[in-house]
Order: sequence, then C-alpha cells, then structure tokens
Amino acid sequence: MGNLSLIIKREYLARIKNKAFIIMTFLSPLLVVGMIFLVAYLSSLNNDEKKIIALHDVQELINKELPNTNQLGFVDFSNLPLDQAIMRADKEKLYGLLYVPAVEDAAISNPSIEFFAKEAPSSFLVSDLEQKISRIITDTNLANAGIDKTQLQQAQTKVNLQIEDFDGQSTSKLAGYVKMIFGGAAGYLLMMFIIIYGNMVMRSVIEEKTNRIVEIIISSVKPFQLMLGKITGTSLAGLTQFLIWLIFGGVLLLISSSLIAPNEPGIASAATPVDSDEIALLFQNIMALPLFKISLSFFIYFIGGYFLYSAIYAAIGAAVDSETDTQQFMFPIIVPLMLGIYVGFFTVIENPHGTVATVFSHIPLTSPIVMLMRIPFGVAWWEVLISLSILFASVFLVIKMAAKIYRIGILMYGKKPTYKELFKWLKN
Amino acid sequence: MNLLEVKGLTKKYGDKLALDGFSFEVPKNSIFGLLGPNGAGKTTLIRILNQITQPDSGEINLDGRPLKPKDVELIGYLPEERGLYKSMKVAEQIIYLAQLKGLSKTVAKNRMHYWFDRLNIKGWGDKKIEELSKGMAQKIQFIVTVIHNPPLLILDEPFSGFDPVNANLIKKEILTLKDQGATIILSTHRMENVEELCDNIALIHQSKKVLDGPVKTIKRNYRSQTYEVGFHSESAEEITRQFSNNFKVQPAYFNDISAQAKLQVKLDDHQSTTSLLQFLIDRKVEITHFSELVPSINDIFIKTVEQHG
Repeated sequence: MGNLSLIIKREYLARIKNKAFIIMTFLSPLLVVGMIFLVAYLSSLNNDEKKIIALHDVQELINKELPNTNQLGFVDFSNLPLDQAIMRADKEKLYGLLYVPAVEDAAISNPSIEFFAKEAPSSFLVSDLEQKISRIITDTNLANAGIDKTQLQQAQTKVNLQIEDFDGQSTSKLAGYVKMIFGGAAGYLLMMFIIIYGNMVMRSVIEEKTNRIVEIIISSVKPFQLMLGKITGTSLAGLTQFLIWLIFGGVLLLISSSLIAPNEPGIASAATPVDSDEIALLFQNIMALPLFKISLSFFIYFIGGYFLYSAIYAAIGAAVDSETDTQQFMFPIIVPLMLGIYVGFFTVIENPHGTVATVFSHIPLTSPIVMLMRIPFGVAWWEVLISLSILFASVFLVIKMAAKIYRIGILMYGKKPTYKELFKWLKN
Repeated sequence: MNLLEVKGLTKKYGDKLALDGFSFEVPKNSIFGLLGPNGAGKTTLIRILNQITQPDSGEINLDGRPLKPKDVELIGYLPEERGLYKSMKVAEQIIYLAQLKGLSKTVAKNRMHYWFDRLNIKGWGDKKIEELSKGMAQKIQFIVTVIHNPPLLILDEPFSGFDPVNANLIKKEILTLKDQGATIILSTHRMENVEELCDNIALIHQSKKVLDGPVKTIKRNYRSQTYEVGFHSESAEEITRQFSNNFKVQPAYFNDISAQAKLQVKLDDHQSTTSLLQFLIDRKVEITHFSELVPSINDIFIKTVEQHG
C-alpha cells in the first residue's frame, strides 16, 4: 500500500472512530426528527386552547353561518350596545369581539368589519376569520343576485400557466419554488459540510503539530502527501456521515411520518389544505428537475469546494500552535462562504441567470454554492464546465500554495505568524 | 568506509545562516556524536539529513551515492521533541508508522512483538498513548525509530525522560544495534554519554563546524602532559617539598582512600612520565595513584565554544 493511501486510511479511521463523530452521526437524525415531533406537538398544544370570540352583528349578516369548531367558538353579544359589549367581552376574558356594523343595502360590497381584542390577534386567526366572513358574505351576495353557487363553481376554471423556456423545458411557479428549495438546500448543505469538515482538518493538523508527531511522519513522507492524505481521509469521513444521515434520516422520517399522519390532526389542519392534484404536480415538478445533474454536480462541487477550503484550513492549522490562535485567519474562509450563501439566497432566487449570479457562480470561492443553487433552474453544460474548470484549476493552485505554508508552518513553534510572514512563506 | 558523507552543507533562513559550509563523515558501524550549544544548527542539520528540510547547497552521500527521497526508509529518526498520536492505540500506531517506512503489516507486527519483549513492555499494544507515562511513551517512540532496522539511526537526546534503569536499557540496545551493523548519529548535551558511546564527534558552533574527529584523537590533541599522583610515605611533607623543586606541582583533588599526598604534576617538554616515576621510586614511597589527567569532552566542548566566542 502506498504511503498516501496509508495516510488516507488512518485519517479516515481516526475520524470515524472518534466518539464525537459517532455520537453526532447517529444522534443528529434522531435530533432532527425529535425536533419535528416537538414542534408539531407544541403547535398542536398551542392550538388546543379554544378561543371564544364575541360577535356583535345586529343584522345577523354572518351570525348564523359561523361554525363553532373545537378551536374557535362564538357568543352573540348583539343585544348589547357596542361599547358595553366590548366591556363585557373584556370582563369575561374573551379572546376578542367581532363587530359587523349595520348596512343599508342588502348587497354588501365593501363591509367595514372590525375586530377588537385585548392583545394583537395572531395573523393566522385574522386571515382565518377574514376567509370565513368573506365566504359567507360572497354567498349571501350571490344568493341575492340570484346566481346559483354550484353553477358558478362549475364555470370557474383554474389556470396554471405552463411556462416553458425557448429550449422547450417547461417550468411553473411551483416548479420555481421546488428549484429554489432544492438549490438552496444543496448550497447550504455544501457550506455546512465545508465548515464542519474543514475545521476537522484544521484541528487534526494542529493536533499533529502540538503532538510533535508531525516530525516523525514527515521524516517518512512528504508534507504534501500528509496534507493531501489528511484532507482526502477527512472528506471520505464526511461522505460517510452524509450517507449515514441520508439513509438513517430517510428511514426515520418515513416511519415517523406514517405514525404522525393519522393521529395528529393538528398538523394537518395547520397546513393549508392541498388537493391531490397539487401534490401530483409537486412530484411531477420534482421529477422534472435535472436530478441527475443536480446530484452529480453536488458531488463534483462538493469535492472541488471542499478541497479548496480544506487546503486553506490545513494551512491555517499549520501556521498556528493552538485553536484559539486561528480566529484571525478565519476571515478569508467565512467571508466568501457567507457571500456565496447571501448571493445565492437573494440574487439567484430573484434572477438565476442574472449578471451577479452568473459571475459569482464562476468565482471559485463562491461557485460551489452559487452554481449549485443555479443548476435546478437550468444551466447549460458548457457553463458548468467552465465554472468547474476554474474551480479545479484554483483547487490545484490553492493546494500548492497551502502546501507551502503547511510545509514551513508545521515545523515552526512559538510565535503566531502574521499575514505578512505567511506571504513570505508562500514566496519561499 | 563511510556510510554518510556530507560536504559543504549550507542553509539560510531568511538572512540568518543556520548552517555554513558544514562537512563531516560518519564511518560505517560507528557512533557519531553531534555536539553543539543550543541554536548552533544541529536540528537544521538533522532535518536536512531526514530530508524534512532542503539545503541551499552542499551534497550528502549515503553509502557512496547521493541521498534520494526513497532513502528515508534507511533512516530511523528519534526527534528531540517526542510525540505520538495521543488517542491512538500503541500497536496501531507502531504498525502505521512502520508501514510508512516501507514495512509490510505482518513484518511490522512481528518486529513490534520482538521489541515489546526486549523492552519488557509486553501487553501494551491495546493501550492508548495518553494512558502511558512519559518514560513508557519514550520506549514506544524508540521502537518506532528502530522497527524498520535502519542502517542509519539519528537519535536526538535519546536518554531524556528515562530513569537511570531504562536509560541504561536503551543504551544497551543502542550498542546492540551498533554490533548488528547500524551506524548511529547521536545528538546530545550529556557529555558522559558521548565519552561512553561515541567513536567520533563533530562540534557545531554558530552554524560552523569548529571541531571534529575520533574522540581519542581529539582528546590526545587536548592533553597537557599533566598527571595526578598519590603516594603514601612517612615523610610525605618533605618529599612534597622536594617535588615542587623538580616539577611544576599543584595540589590535586581526587578520590584515593590511602594517599597521604595528592599532587597534580605538569611535565615540561624535556621531562617524561618515566622520570616522574623514577623520582618517586627513588624516594621509596608507596605509589597509590598515578594517572594522566585527560581532558573530558565536557572540558573540550566548553573550551572550544569559549575560544570561538
């Protein structure tokens, strides 16, 4: 076995045998699922409280139609004058008072209905009330005008514009959201992986340096081999963790979603009802995504981005004596990553093929994130290839530069170097 | 026959000269002492030999041919600053580092157990380094250095951190390795070890070699015709007075349980040890001590370094 593969193997085993790694790997999916359960439980707890609302509706415009549900109840205060009704609602600690003023015309076009409450009501409740009232009044108006409700519903058509680009690839508004979510998730995940595993590389370099074992190892192998082996071994550990999460989390979500669906009506009612047509459309849209292209590019951009940043992390680890000294050197790593995420979330979603998004998807420090976010919106192969060529050329260059700092840094003890000294090492 | 020949080695760090035209030879199957004050350039030299650092100029020949990258497998290096992976098991660690030196896993395992036996540390394989004491970890480090049977060993302060018993154990192992054909470069500040073990030495001071050669030759060059004499006689005081009339004499301090008089005698160019002994024999004293005052490597080290400022 070659020395490089020996180092990769050791680094990989050292990472995955680490207790923190094992705990994180197996606990994270549980934690995520647990959080989902907790949020679902808490929101259902929140909704369990039945809200009673007083109604002041002298003409009984909406009175009879308002249904009592187990979340919302109504009491009629119409026999009292408005100010007294409000006082009483306050005294009885009711959630609020809905005031429907008297109208002269039978047909209500623009009713000025008011809602009084002690505290500002939740926007969810307000829109719920608005929807209910608007439906009742519309129905009343329709009946007054002599229009049959069912006939009207039949006559109504729902239009979903099938948007296609000039190449004939179809998109839609929903597809836009799906692309946004897929691209955003991929970009964000990439950033997280770069930070987590880059840090691992850095810590491992510092450990070897402070342990002084590095001198023994580089009396057997080239520092470059050690650095490359370390980065590669750690990236394999990262991919392992990712794979375990994918499988583990997928299975857990499958089980929990089948458990949660029938027993927890709270969640179902909290979400806006989606009819089966839309779910089918959603799946259709997901399937229509260039999934192969997305997965393949995630893989390639992960490797490129990870190696680019890990080399910098390794150089930083070699330059310092302890983790507390790394802060000042973190700047060149965190800024481009953050920039990538912000450009991704703001400009790509706004205009995936605009100038800013295009430029940032070619700059190597941001391209892994930004291009991943753009790809679901359809990016030509040649453009991806150009971006990848720039990325991998930079990876090569940065690894070479990092290796120079690494080679000198691992044998330097004591003084924390300045940026100026690091540049001197680069020229060496 | 020299195993290692170094010619005109120069290394600069920025403006600072770490090694200035350094040359030396290490004969095969010998122990070579590399001496010098702190910061003289020893570590730089050792790192260059291990190909950790590249020299600016100069050449290194190992076994008659220029040093190649692959030659790291022929060298066993024990750095002054010891270190091993703290959370890795002893056996895994030794086998990993042996594999990096080109051994197969099976051979590495067998050799490891051989050394576990020799150093009385059987059954340590499953321990982690962080569970071991410093001296115990030093033994593991020594095994790592010698496990691939390198023809050239570079040991930087090999006895530091050991108690006298274990230091002696390691000393014996070093001599055994020499008997088996290894060549050893020993860098140390402990002059008693140099006297005891080294065949040749080189002294580095301020990046330059200021002294080198076989230990015996160097000592001979530094001898000063001075002898220590101890004797027993009824009239010791009278004889001592006569002594100072004939020779340059100083009181001496050495351990001798029976001597009444202890003298340090410096001979002139026309005097010899025979005339000195004849003088004593003529006075019918009982000679209890007679030895040449040989300069210690320690004295030579200090003298040379002070001479060169």
